[in-house]
Amino acid sequence: MTPAIPTAKALGLYSCHTCGLLSRPSRRGDSHCARCGTPLHLRKPHSLARAMAFLVAAYILYVPANVLPLMETGSLFGAQENTIVSGVAYLWTSGAWALAAIVFIASVLVPLLKLFALTVLVVTAWRRSTWRPYQRAKVYRMVELVGRWSMLDIYVVAVLVALVQLRPLATITAGPGAIAFGAVVVLSMLSARAFDPRLIWDPVHEARSLDGSPSIRHHNP
Amino acid sequence: MAHRPYDTTIPEIPDAVAAPKGRWHLHLVWLVPIIAALIGGWLAFKAVWDQGPTITITFRAAEGLEVNKTKIKYKNVDIGEVKQVMISEDLTQVIVTAEMSKRFSPYLRDDTRFWIVRPRIAFGQVSGLGTLFSGAYIGLDVGSSAEARRDFQGLEAPPVLTGDVAGRQFIIKGPDQGSIDVGTSVYLRRVPVGQVLAANLDQDGAGVTLTVFVEAPYDRFVTGNTRFWNASGIDVTLDSTGFMVQTQSLATIVLGGIAFETPDSTMAMEKAKEHTIFHLFENRAQAMKAPDKQAIRFAASFTESLRGLTVGSPVEFHGISVGEITSIGAEYDAHTQTYHFPVEFSLHPDRLARHFKNTLMREDDTGLTTKDKINALVEHGLRAQLNTGSLLTGQLFVALDFFPDVETAAADWTRDPPELPTIPGGLSGIERNLSNLAKKLGKVPFDAIATDVRHTLQSMRTTLQRTEHLVQRVDEQLLPTALATIAESKHALQSVERLTASDSPIQQDAREAMRQLGRASQSLQTLADYLDRHPEALIRGRKDDNP
Repeated sequence: MTPAIPTAKALGLYSCHTCGLLSRPSRRGDSHCARCGTPLHLRKPHSLARAMAFLVAAYILYVPANVLPLMETGSLFGAQENTIVSGVAYLWTSGAWALAAIVFIASVLVPLLKLFALTVLVVTAWRRSTWRPYQRAKVYRMVELVGRWSMLDIYVVAVLVALVQLRPLATITAGPGAIAFGAVVVLSMLSARAFDPRLIWDPVHEARSLDGSPSIRHHNP
Repeated sequence: MAHRPYDTTIPEIPDAVAAPKGRWHLHLVWLVPIIAALIGGWLAFKAVWDQGPTITITFRAAEGLEVNKTKIKYKNVDIGEVKQVMISEDLTQVIVTAEMSKRFSPYLRDDTRFWIVRPRIAFGQVSGLGTLFSGAYIGLDVGSSAEARRDFQGLEAPPVLTGDVAGRQFIIKGPDQGSIDVGTSVYLRRVPVGQVLAANLDQDGAGVTLTVFVEAPYDRFVTGNTRFWNASGIDVTLDSTGFMVQTQSLATIVLGGIAFETPDSTMAMEKAKEHTIFHLFENRAQAMKAPDKQAIRFAASFTESLRGLTVGSPVEFHGISVGEITSIGAEYDAHTQTYHFPVEFSLHPDRLARHFKNTLMREDDTGLTTKDKINALVEHGLRAQLNTGSLLTGQLFVALDFFPDVETAAADWTRDPPELPTIPGGLSGIERNLSNLAKKLGKVPFDAIATDVRHTLQSMRTTLQRTEHLVQRVDEQLLPTALATIAESKHALQSVERLTASDSPIQQDAREAMRQLGRASQSLQTLADYLDRHPEALIRGRKDDNP
């Protein structure tokens, strides 16, 4: 019996996560890539559980990231604590709508959407859903792409903290919210990394092979 | 999922390398969300736990208050933040809602006071300058009441005194507030030891009530007998005792102040209880006067001018102030058709020695009443007299003194107050003497004297003229002769000088004469010697030497 689609997994072969080399499983113990030494698995081990764990942690920290002050400004004119939302509100009320929108999207919306997207991916993969695999694959690519840009806030805070240290006049220190926010971003990146996108397709292939439908249709963008 | 055996039709695929099983466990990854949950949970718990009470403070205006910015500070430590500023329904006040720190909630008592700290520049002090930059904040003073409270009425001005200063409060009642105000310092021997907390008009409007706070440990100097007086400004007194200027420190001159002191004799008294009521005297002299417990009223009728005598002028007995004038009046006496001026005064015998007081005021063993005693004194010549206290200002005072030689008089006990007999004195006496003097002067025959003087002057002038003539003659006639005489005498002197010169013939003759005289005396000596040895030669004449 031959598989409907010749994936490495279907053929019983390992595909190296790092260099893509195909190898047969080792007969003794765990398999490692013959070329680069990366541990080999058919799919990333415990991919969904790990992705889920990071995701849950990210969700939890998302709350303090938005509630706790991201930045503490101390100046001659008094101390002030800024959360992300208060910063957006300040920008908005002072007329910088575009800037407010950018900060809001980059710092509030995108992380949240990212968390939601990952949740959808993990849950559907868990349930071995065959629902809209193309769209899900697209979402995964976007999540991967967007991930590294979510740290903008942290960059800004880090730069300001380093620059504005005019002791008696003005100081800026990173608040606990910055740590939480950074943690959210890092955790969501870890979650995205832990998620194995091939899991989106496994149930699809299985379903296909069971009902004996023809090979996967070619997707034309 | 069952793995299918790999397809042998792909021969190029290499075998994977075997490696020992790693010690990776699935559940470890779940530590991440657990830790995150712990952190999040702790933060949430802390937030809830730290949630302090929300209080409302009512102010008249919310100047400088900003929502989410204005802090509430105690000793300059943030303990809360303004969360909402609203206007009361009747639009008269501003209701500030603030969130306080949880740890501070036990200190929100019934008498905790709130006020807005703004920059304040007053005469004596500058405060709240920091708020120029940082914006206003709400300050508070922790109360000590047992009752907790969450809605407060804010103060419009910072309280003078915050609760953590030890000391005691006293009430002072005075006739007027003067320049004393809330915050005015209280001085003890010019040391600021307290402040005025409140200054209010009495309910009946007849005076003011001041609440003063005296800091510990100085509050122990406030005893039951302590005198408070208004030490504001410069107290210039110009009265029969002279010119007096009294001030406290420079600050009190500008800002006003209250000073207190306890008379030495009563220093040992117990501390006054809190909220003891004291009287505010006008100045130190008044305050430090011995208390006048007993006063007897008298009057004295004067006929001379009372200019310079005022209500409050002293009554002195032998120079000791024993009372004050209480009223001055004018009365028409139909009988004599003259005016006389009754002066009422109160006497405080206890200002005198104890003995006098006892004898005058008390029914003692002798059984004499005050009236009897006064009568006896009057009999002995006690009279009231107007005296000049200060020649400079013309201030008068009533002097009580004994005048043993005066005509007898008696006190008039039918009047109220009883009237003491008077004698003219003081300035009026001087006036009378002066007028007597003037009369006597009037009798002096100034005209005759003037004529005499004129005559004398005339003769004097003639004499002087003659003297002048004389001098002139002397000048004209005597002087040339005198000059000639002088020239001659000079000449004579020169001749004498010539005569006595060493090379003058007279000198030489004299020397010759002297030499001859010497020789003569030698011969005489030889003769004398010869005669000594041959006395007979006198008779027989000289014999030859060689017999």
